Amino acid sequence: MSDLRDLYQQVILDHKKNPRNFREIEDCNHMAHGNNPLCGDALVVYVKLNDDVIEDVSFQGSGCAISVASASLMTEMLKGKTMEEAETLYDNVHKALTGEDGGAELAGKLEVLGGVKEFPARVKCATLSWHTVHAAMDNEHDISVTTE
Amino acid sequence: MTQTELQTMAESFSDFDIAAIRRDFPVLNQEVNGHPLAYLDNAASSQKPVQVIEAVDAFYRHDNANIHRGVHKLSQRATDAYEGARSKVRDFMGAKSDKEIVFVRGATEAINLVAQSFVRPQIKPGDEILISHTEHHANIVPWQMVCEQTGAKLKVIPMTQSGELDLSGLDDLLNERTKILALGHVSNALGTVNPIKDMITKAKAKSIPVLIDGAQAVPHLQVDVQDLDCDFYVFSGHKMFAPTGIGALYGRQELLEAMPPYQGGGDMILAVSFSHTEYNTLPYKFEAGTPHIAGAVGLGAAVDYMQSLGIDKLAAYEHHLLEIATAELEALDGVSIIGTAKDKASVLSFMIEDVHPHDIGTIFDQQGVAIRAGHHCAQPVMEFYGIAATARASFAFYNTEQEVAALVDAIKNTQEMFA
Repeated sequence: MSDLRDLYQQVILDHKKNPRNFREIEDCNHMAHGNNPLCGDALVVYVKLNDDVIEDVSFQGSGCAISVASASLMTEMLKGKTMEEAETLYDNVHKALTGEDGGAELAGKLEVLGGVKEFPARVKCATLSWHTVHAAMDNEHDISVTTE
Repeated sequence: MTQTELQTMAESFSDFDIAAIRRDFPVLNQEVNGHPLAYLDNAASSQKPVQVIEAVDAFYRHDNANIHRGVHKLSQRATDAYEGARSKVRDFMGAKSDKEIVFVRGATEAINLVAQSFVRPQIKPGDEILISHTEHHANIVPWQMVCEQTGAKLKVIPMTQSGELDLSGLDDLLNERTKILALGHVSNALGTVNPIKDMITKAKAKSIPVLIDGAQAVPHLQVDVQDLDCDFYVFSGHKMFAPTGIGALYGRQELLEAMPPYQGGGDMILAVSFSHTEYNTLPYKFEAGTPHIAGAVGLGAAVDYMQSLGIDKLAAYEHHLLEIATAELEALDGVSIIGTAKDKASVLSFMIEDVHPHDIGTIFDQQGVAIRAGHHCAQPVMEFYGIAATARASFAFYNTEQEVAALVDAIKNTQEMFA
């Protein structure tokens, strides 16, 4: 169970039980829906951009512990970041979890998601919210991201 | 099932040598993540006994050649092996003639074949295709395609909270516009055994043809297509201990005779010129191209294996496992069973409060317990219950009471972790 303990660390279980920024932003100027039809995970990510800075970011929805914790951590990490910084973080998460382009070390408190790499079937759970926020910032409109 | 019948069932597997049976399935004898494997994902795909593995191996080692065309010895042996397998499947299904058994890739291809070759040519705008709410996507999408192609309407027999079919409106749903009733024998997501015999009788009384999707039934129940009086019955080999990529379509001979071919190519023709092609006789008319010969041989071996053990005995033992697992899960706090029909086979779908099924699947896997987590290709069923997914344990006759205990332990450990 050691790998499993790594995956389902207390931090992840805590974020699953008490997700941060789990709310709608009524005056958001970007949002996107993220769906993983395979497991039925469905998230909505809201972003309020002020010029180039993410003034507020939040999410709502339901999913497994990994997808909810990842989304919760993401909102904590992105708040106050510039678009460019957010893009760098998105690349970091993507590379770190998929191993593409030689992989990467996860930045800061995202480190707790590292265990997911040992569970290939679950990587998409962890990246769903990141794909969704990426889509939200790229488009003014509501967009669906399908990771399967 | 009455108490007397249950008693008879229990006696019928008292001489069941589970250790010997498990030795026939080499894949079961391994550890996964440091725990003995408990393979409880049989509704997705079953494991294969050495009798099947060796039949396929022997075919490739000794008899491999193309069928129905060579004059040489190996081609003759390959043809005999392939046609021998067809006879075994005919016997297994209780069909009248080998001509009524068409080898296909699996249940999905068989349903598509019937949809396109039997229903599509005769259906008109406003006509209806009747399915049920508990169908696998394989028995939904091919019919939706026919509806899109023809302007016909898809009608759905509703389901109840327990996962049974709500037959109260069946008489109206079966009407003069209904061109086929396509019905699962056993629900893959819930395990419900549908009362297909009565439903077939009702449909036939109105001259409505019936297709039964038996993918989840043939590994668990004795099937007799003549007794059922259905027009088509389809199943996949890989769910009944045979290789992937092979399955069978039973079709009533006079219907198959009248149907146009599904695919064109070699083996399905008698004579070809550029102006005209004469199609082959049954069942070859529906078997274009070189088929999965070794797969058919493996399927024949799987039939032999099940029959040698006694299908009623296998069913009785497996039902016993389902009953004890159901009782164990019912006794657990925070666990709910999805699908509580009176008549069930093999499948135990469940939820653990506050734990997503995919987390359940991963955590179970770390304890060597293989289950399925997801929508089970039955999204309308998930929608009915207002859930995205369930965890599903599904049993085969090689599972044990110890594996039921491993399942229960895995649930408790998961609950502890998320507490």
